[in-house]
Amino acid sequence: MKAKHQRLILVIIALIAIVGAGLLAAWGLRNQANYFYLPEQMVSAPPAVGQAVRLGGMVQKGSITTAADGVTVNFMVTGNTADAVPVRYSGILPDLFVEGSGVVAEGSLGPDGVFKATNLLAKHDENYVPRELEGMGTEQAAKMAADTTVGLK
Amino acid sequence: MIAEIGLAALWLAAALAVLQMVSGAFALRSPPGQVNALAIYARPAAVVQAILAVLAFAMLLWAFATTDLSLKLVAANSHSMKPLIYKLSGTWGNHEGSMLLWVGVLAASGGLLSLFEWRLPERTMGATLAVQGFVALGFYAFLLLSSNPFERLPVPAAEGNGLNPLLQDIGLAIHPPTLYAGYVGLSVAFSLAMGALMTREVNPAFARVMRPWVLGAWVLLTLGITAGSYWAYYELGWGGWWFWDPVENASLMPWLAATALMHSVAVLAARDALRTWTIMLGVLAFSMSMLGTFLVRSGVLTSVHAFAVDPERGAFILGLLGLYIGGAFTIFALRAGAVAEGKRFAAVSREGALVLNNVMLSAILAIVLLGTLYPLLTEAFDVRVSVGPPYFNPASAIFAIPMLLVMAVGPLLRWKSDKPARLQFELALIAALVIGGIAAVSFFGQFPLLPLLGLGLAAALAVAAFLPLRGRQLGRVPVATWGMVIAHFGIAVSLFGMACEGAFSKERLAAVAPGGTEQIADFAVTLESVTPIAGPNWTAIEAQLAVREDGGAPVILTPQARTFWSPPQSTSESALLTRWDGQLYAVIGNQAEDGRWQIRVWWKPFVTFIWYGGILVALGGVLAIAGRVRVDVKRRRASVKGARRRADVEALGSSGGVPAPQPAE
Repeated sequence: MKAKHQRLILVIIALIAIVGAGLLAAWGLRNQANYFYLPEQMVSAPPAVGQAVRLGGMVQKGSITTAADGVTVNFMVTGNTADAVPVRYSGILPDLFVEGSGVVAEGSLGPDGVFKATNLLAKHDENYVPRELEGMGTEQAAKMAADTTVGLK
Repeated sequence: MIAEIGLAALWLAAALAVLQMVSGAFALRSPPGQVNALAIYARPAAVVQAILAVLAFAMLLWAFATTDLSLKLVAANSHSMKPLIYKLSGTWGNHEGSMLLWVGVLAASGGLLSLFEWRLPERTMGATLAVQGFVALGFYAFLLLSSNPFERLPVPAAEGNGLNPLLQDIGLAIHPPTLYAGYVGLSVAFSLAMGALMTREVNPAFARVMRPWVLGAWVLLTLGITAGSYWAYYELGWGGWWFWDPVENASLMPWLAATALMHSVAVLAARDALRTWTIMLGVLAFSMSMLGTFLVRSGVLTSVHAFAVDPERGAFILGLLGLYIGGAFTIFALRAGAVAEGKRFAAVSREGALVLNNVMLSAILAIVLLGTLYPLLTEAFDVRVSVGPPYFNPASAIFAIPMLLVMAVGPLLRWKSDKPARLQFELALIAALVIGGIAAVSFFGQFPLLPLLGLGLAAALAVAAFLPLRGRQLGRVPVATWGMVIAHFGIAVSLFGMACEGAFSKERLAAVAPGGTEQIADFAVTLESVTPIAGPNWTAIEAQLAVREDGGAPVILTPQARTFWSPPQSTSESALLTRWDGQLYAVIGNQAEDGRWQIRVWWKPFVTFIWYGGILVALGGVLAIAGRVRVDVKRRRASVKGARRRADVEALGSSGGVPAPQPAE
């Protein structure tokens, strides 16, 4: 190896690895990022069955039902329009998950049109709003804040 | 009064940072061999600044301990009813306090550097202190201009707002200060790298000065990440130990860069190779610390860590980030060409293995960085995405697996150049362990690919970690080498824990009436009763779970669902049953209409090994520091002794008591 060449080769190897990582990241992100859907978007242009996405909206009043096993919950999520998406979730509900509260469900759409949630993010405390719900419109945000804030005046 | 002392100390420290910067810069203008008259103030300025910044932090600590409600920060984040330990840890459980802690550690490490570091040429030291002062100044400005921790309320509050209950935990007392000290230790590495680059002193002597700082920062980051991971595991109640949450990534990225930097500094110190690469990693590591601070503190993320959602502060930190990183890379681009190429080496050599390890770590860093920033980027175009384990796990594994394989072999190679044929036995052993491990595990059932690979690799790495000791007298192995062996073994232990958790975890979710029993793995879990209880600042529903292992004596677990009233919030307190071979993890949920309670229980085999491994890795780092420092002190003492003896001989010779030896004809 000639003098000066070693540093050049090192730089080239490093560049190839970093660019490779970048390309891999770009490809992975396009395939694996969970896109966020509002209920009306999920009704009009549903994602592929089984694709991991997030669904965000409000828990419809009077829609929460608990199955016989005591741990599976079914409810409807509504958004800015009348469209509603049925959601099924097995697990411990977030502490402030109540009817009329904002919720983000992580999971995928099943073949039967029911959204199977693997994780629910609800309002955590009076300061925390799931990021996706911030843009839901002031009226709804205010309503949600009033409905889901527990213990404040 | 306390607050005013703190504020005055902070302003004085900022003024001293200016002095340190200017005086340090004058050192650059001194002719070689002489000391510029204006350059002598840099060291004392750094020391006094450190004292003042620590004093300011102590004053804030005092204000929190006594719950001084006339301070806006205390009123907003503390509560007189809180236990004392959480009052104290609440000092850094908020934006202003945590930034003051950051600045305090920054100033303290600058002070330590100028007190104890006398090996570097004065010009390099001056440049280093100037950079350190410049970095500190930016953060003083940030504190004093946009987030003053000592701001008074016009009328003292009657009672404080309290601290986010998730943060009322012993984990918070340890996790942030460790992580911050690590972040800030990297600032010293950065300043040293810039100082050496500006004065063209990138050589092994400089690497030996930089190494303890990098190692120290890396140990603290390792401990901070380990503690943070365990905290998230038992406090969030989700049963996971790593969520690829942006804030976790913000602490992982500097760790990856510091790991690469640590190995590259070792090459520079031992072999005088990889000069510019080391400097670049020094800049990169601190950039990642700054980026982490920006992500966490600017409020671009919504998380338990993002205390402030204040665009002005975010812009300020972004400005600092741009200034420091942009400036550093500009100087790097201008000066890197002037650094002569270091010693050369063959592809198959220890240097070659370390280069590969560096490149792979950088690639993982790129993967994590892009995944963390991608949601922020798409949000600018109004597309909302979240990036989680389905992206991070496979993408980082693609680079982590070759890196771990090289890690097994690298320490066995010789410096400069080596032949693979010399290591036939070791290579065959490692390959056999990987393949044998995977085959043995897949014999017992179907498991996901990544945990399977992890188990095979963990077995090979655990053995390979000790191979460098083969054929050596154990008593004579240097302490630093033991450090490397233990750290590499720790990686294997941790990987084993992660893979077991991924492959063998069992989960049971059920609604149970009091008296009912659920079976999970070898454990029978019986819900004895559910009772309301009260703590100092919360009330809770507590389940009494009797756990019997193989029908043995019952152990009572008490998971709680807590409700805090200031601020109003609920948390789930998990209950853990630790066995040597795993943990039982229990959480209580809501009550169904029919009176049954939701219980969620996990059996996680060997999950504790994840954190044991982390502690071993940190211990390895501590041993490496201890070994290096000991050798260093010995060398210094020997050279002092030698100089004294030469002086003695000279003195005797000149007095004529003993005739000086005459060279023979």
